[in-house]
Amino acid sequence: MHEMSLCENMLTILEEKAKSEGFSKVRTVWVEIGELSCVEVEAMRFCFKVVSNDSLAQDAKLEIVDIPGEAWCMHCAKTVHVTQRFDECPDCGSYQLQVTGGTEMRIKELEVE
Amino acid sequence: MCTVCGCGEGETHIEGHDHEHSHEHGHHHHHDHGTHDYGSGPAHAHAPGMSQSRMVQIEQDILSKNDEYAAANRRWFAEHGILTLNLVSSPGSGKTTLLTRTINDLRGELGLSVIEGDQQTSNDAERIRETGVKALQINTGKGCHLDGHMVGHALESLKPDDGDVLFIENVGNLVCPAAFDLGEAHKVAILSVTEGEDKPIKYPDMFHASDLMLLNKVDLLPHLNFDVEKCIEYARRVNPGIKVLQLSATSGEGMEQWYQWIRATRQVALIGHPALSAEA
Repeated sequence: MHEMSLCENMLTILEEKAKSEGFSKVRTVWVEIGELSCVEVEAMRFCFKVVSNDSLAQDAKLEIVDIPGEAWCMHCAKTVHVTQRFDECPDCGSYQLQVTGGTEMRIKELEVE
Repeated sequence: MCTVCGCGEGETHIEGHDHEHSHEHGHHHHHDHGTHDYGSGPAHAHAPGMSQSRMVQIEQDILSKNDEYAAANRRWFAEHGILTLNLVSSPGSGKTTLLTRTINDLRGELGLSVIEGDQQTSNDAERIRETGVKALQINTGKGCHLDGHMVGHALESLKPDDGDVLFIENVGNLVCPAAFDLGEAHKVAILSVTEGEDKPIKYPDMFHASDLMLLNKVDLLPHLNFDVEKCIEYARRVNPGIKVLQLSATSGEGMEQWYQWIRATRQVALIGHPALSAEA
């Protein structure tokens, strides 16, 4: 359940931004979650509800932006789509892959008032 | 430490850290435990005419806060010539036994200290203290992992000596600790052969994040159907660069390679640091 900690971290960031950007209520949070990041999206939605209760983000909508997993295949010398860290290259079957994208856990944008 | 501190970690309890402290560097912590003081509105920025909704671009990693704490810890370790190893595994892999044996074998040679993370009890820290080295227990309460902030505070109480090797025994959990940087030099994953050989692909994030895998309890291999080669192959699929050592903390076989890894890693990490030069 580290999603709980992640949501607490998110709320801390929102509170800091509330000060620096001068807003008092968050309506929507867009969060990029990579396919290879260790986040269970449903758990995150649940935790965000719990954590944001009674805060400036109470009732805020959590919009998850999925980022596909990407890796560089050394054999094919191109970027391929992977869904897990131990996937083989979908084209050549090699395991010599370097993950290049899809590990994001990042707050992208807010709708605030 | 604690340059970016904003305490409020619910049920975390750090031994000897009663949260009544006033930090020397003169800022006040709102350690009102049990209540996360998030709602009481840091947003006292009621500019008139600001009621309409608007968009704010943030582009900030969710873990950026933890990463700041971890970076502060890492800086402190570098200044003090401390090699820090974050030991991660599932519960029951033999972390504490491995650690007590390591301490008993290396204490004459290296300065050692230990941070123990568990949800409850200080049993592990007591086991370590019996060996005579400094150890501090962090109880995470409901938490499933240590984070950079808890470790920062633990360092204030533990006060490891310059040049020490600091072992952080994380909460037994192959999922959550993978994401939380503590400022360590390396994560070391411990997997025992009484577990499944496919653990590296069942819990890929952890084995991806680790630089070394210790395959523990190999003295039991004759009694088990554990495919060592397969296990190592799985680990390399997830992390082509991972090093693997086979050992048994009970029989002692293979332990010397682990000590060599610690010595060599420390040498490389501390080259040029006074703590190392003083030993030469």
